[in-house]
Amino acid sequence: MSVSITSYLLVALILFCVGLYGALTKRNAVVVLISIELMLNAVNINLVAFSKYGLYPAVTGHIFSLFTMTVAAAEVAVALAILIALYRNKETVNVDEMDSMKR
Amino acid sequence: MTGEFIAFFVLSLLTIGGAVFMISFTRVVHMVISLGITFISIAGLYVLLGAEFVGVAQVLVYSGAISILMLFGIMLTKHDASDEGTGNTWKNWLSLIFVAALFGLMFWGIQSSVWPAPPETAASDVSNVKQIGLDVFKRYVIPFELISVLLLVALVGAIIMAKKEGNKE
Repeated sequence: MSVSITSYLLVALILFCVGLYGALTKRNAVVVLISIELMLNAVNINLVAFSKYGLYPAVTGHIFSLFTMTVAAAEVAVALAILIALYRNKETVNVDEMDSMKR
Repeated sequence: MTGEFIAFFVLSLLTIGGAVFMISFTRVVHMVISLGITFISIAGLYVLLGAEFVGVAQVLVYSGAISILMLFGIMLTKHDASDEGTGNTWKNWLSLIFVAALFGLMFWGIQSSVWPAPPETAASDVSNVKQIGLDVFKRYVIPFELISVLLLVALVGAIIMAKKEGNKE
């Protein structure tokens, strides 16, 4: 028995849901970033799976997943720089204490 | 029960297990370790899908660079950090209900739609990496150049934001 596209889509769906739950409930901002990375990885699995099992198999999905990886790396670098600057000024990395625009 | 199925089963189990352990651990350093397991397993899934170049890039970028960058972020902030979760439990339950509803909806959508029959993979003599290179530098050359500009902007922006302020000479 061969692996169908539905199995890959289900793995990506479970990964996306776990990442979404982590991004919604965790307090530490680094953990929220990690969860967002999980969601981006789930999308990449979908792109690569469709580029093999889709109606027109081509390498376009591979190229788009490479672009997504690059954007995710840039996002993580900028977000960690923001976190370090915030920690230096406010001594916290919890997302529910970053409320200086609310007061 | 072919070898492909067994490999897919083991790799997807490692992927989802790493993600679930990542959510349920409390110490942040352990979270990054299990995240590395998830990333390497996803690279194995890519290789299983016939995308060797994307798999190698996944190992290099995600399990190499991003995990180390996360460790740096943890060490530079609170290195004995532990995430005990939000205090208010109704928010957790609300998030769980929302995520479960999304999962059910997407699961129903995936199961009920008709996917095209898997095409017989014609063994092309052009290798995967060569085809990716040809496509990137011919058809997608403008997004490729834009990505390089984006990386430069992110590099400069990260350095400027993480720089120590106040000690101007």
